[in-house]
Amino acid sequence: MKVEVQTTDRPGSDFMMDVLKSLDFEYVCSNPGSSFRALHESVINYGGNRSPEFITCCHEESATAMAHGYAKIEGKPLLVFAHGTVGLQHASMAIYNAYCDRVPVYVVLGNIMDATRRRSFVDWAHSVQDAAAMVREYIKWDDAPLSLPHFAESAVRAYKIAMTPPFMPVVIVADADTQESPIPDGTDLRIPKLTLTAPPQGDSGAVAEAARLLVAAESPVILAGRAARTPAGLKLLVELAETLQTAVIDLRQRMNFPSRHPLNQTMRGRAAITNADVILGLEVEDFYGAVHSIGQQIEYRTRPITRPGAKLMSITAGDLFLRSNYQDFQRFQEVDLAIAADAEATLPVLIEAVKRQLTDDRKRAFQDRGAKLAASHQEAQEKARADAAYAWDASPISTARLCAELWAQIKNEDWSFVSESAFVSGWPQRLWDFSKHYHHIGGQGGYGIGYGAPAAVGAALANRKHGRLTVNIQCDGDMMYAPGILWTAAHHRIPLLNIMHNNRGYHQEVMQVQIMANQHNRGVDRARIGTTIDDPPVDYAKLAQSMGMYGEGPVSDPKDLAAALRRGIEVVKRGEPAMIDVVTQPR
Amino acid sequence: MHKLILILFVGALLHAEDADNGKKLYTTVGCYECHGRVGQGGSAGPRLAPRPVPLQALVAYVRHPSGAMPPYTSKLVTDAQLVDIHAFLASIPPPAKDIPLLNQ
Repeated sequence: MKVEVQTTDRPGSDFMMDVLKSLDFEYVCSNPGSSFRALHESVINYGGNRSPEFITCCHEESATAMAHGYAKIEGKPLLVFAHGTVGLQHASMAIYNAYCDRVPVYVVLGNIMDATRRRSFVDWAHSVQDAAAMVREYIKWDDAPLSLPHFAESAVRAYKIAMTPPFMPVVIVADADTQESPIPDGTDLRIPKLTLTAPPQGDSGAVAEAARLLVAAESPVILAGRAARTPAGLKLLVELAETLQTAVIDLRQRMNFPSRHPLNQTMRGRAAITNADVILGLEVEDFYGAVHSIGQQIEYRTRPITRPGAKLMSITAGDLFLRSNYQDFQRFQEVDLAIAADAEATLPVLIEAVKRQLTDDRKRAFQDRGAKLAASHQEAQEKARADAAYAWDASPISTARLCAELWAQIKNEDWSFVSESAFVSGWPQRLWDFSKHYHHIGGQGGYGIGYGAPAAVGAALANRKHGRLTVNIQCDGDMMYAPGILWTAAHHRIPLLNIMHNNRGYHQEVMQVQIMANQHNRGVDRARIGTTIDDPPVDYAKLAQSMGMYGEGPVSDPKDLAAALRRGIEVVKRGEPAMIDVVTQPR
Repeated sequence: MHKLILILFVGALLHAEDADNGKKLYTTVGCYECHGRVGQGGSAGPRLAPRPVPLQALVAYVRHPSGAMPPYTSKLVTDAQLVDIHAFLASIPPPAKDIPLLNQ
């Protein structure tokens, strides 16, 4: 194409922006890169830096993990821009986490397809024949459109695919030349209408059979994995449980079930599973692990913990979409009824099917069962409170004390807890009153460390417009992957209370190496080599301060904790992020 | 098996317990990693203190654990050292009762 004047007021990237705006992205998280410089410029000038607004990230892994955390609060994807080469290489682990966690993330990659349009050696190093190939094993769909009409079609298709359960990341490659060149005269530019696909509901016959088994069961258990995708999912699961007066075990990958509901038996989950005659798994990732005991000694031993004859059923969209290479699909679990469908979408018809089969006799039996479960729940909760008292005055500070002190200060706020609770022995769910969809968002998905800090910032970004107090108990090992995310939070005034769970190590790995030393019968005093972050100790308060964030600590005396948390919360309520560094017990 | 444990137990009793040394050992051999620095327990390991299980039971389990606990042979931790670790666990005071923050 010959260009008479070396400017254009109709670059292809403006039309790409029109397409992306039609998909209603609030933000684009990105570390700037030359292969998508035209798109970047269109966001901030042509698009007015609104919907999407450019969020400056210091690492592509952080940008993608922000989108991961955001989607779990807001229920829709964020945009991520990255180089098709070095940017995607950085982003790839975070994409894998989102894939494993069944979360939609929408990635647009810059790439210079036409070799004759590359201007420097850097352009060559940043170009690739098939950009998405690197992550194709752990995304749901990708395309590399060759024209603007093709971009429009593929961009809308990608959104639709990402938002059909099972949700997953998608990738669109935006050719740099198509971005930067003037829109060719006479191009038929049209943005296809987006119609989201209704999520797949379970087969009616299979749902009726599931209802029959549940109604007839004496000790049914519902296992909830990533069951509640939306606030409606939480309400529906409560309705199903209350209709049946059945035990629910929340595997905490989403906020599935209120923590203080009398039917919540999570704290005595193994006992409930062992006693169950019918177990219904809703979007359970590792059903095998939930119903088996797997020994950790050298000799591999596994045995079912279910009682003989127990009927197992699953409803999961995971049965609709599987990849081969990465093995996150877990060990094969035999079940008696498998329904390939989205659990949340299936719950309304399952509830209706259950209600149709109820009799007065069964209702009376359910009430008796519900009373027993309520008593068990109460007993478990009292035990949790008693257990939390141990090491109450210890230094380093116990994770139970940390969570109890924190709960005292947030319980009357509209709070949102956005970090993994397993690293603090599950104390939040054991001590706090979780009842709303945004009270918990689960964990990493693929256990790729480095997710925690940026996902929390992304979740806080989503919570900001709702005025929620976002709380992140931040592991120190995770924080050290890409601490630049603190600057992003400070720069964009994202209110977030970060509380360092500073056990000064990659503690999971301390324990793993310890197991190996024991099994190899040597050097049990050396497991800390290569696994700890304590010589020198990291000053996380100063780290935060260096990024323009309020920072306080290290707090190692439990008597000082309440005041430090109060000061941090005051900062967050003013609309800023804060960091309180707390030196903690290992778990 | 029972005879072996009894021999170990009798041998251990002959050692004068040293809670301070037990505290150091509890850290250096890695007990704290799963059970917490004062034996309070957590998601990775059960509570050990206060009021630990009897010494004989502790020795037996440490030598032949089940579940996630890795084994400690006498090459790694001697019977005498286990006596000291047990003494440390026994020295840990019980928690206060009626902590207001735990009634919310």
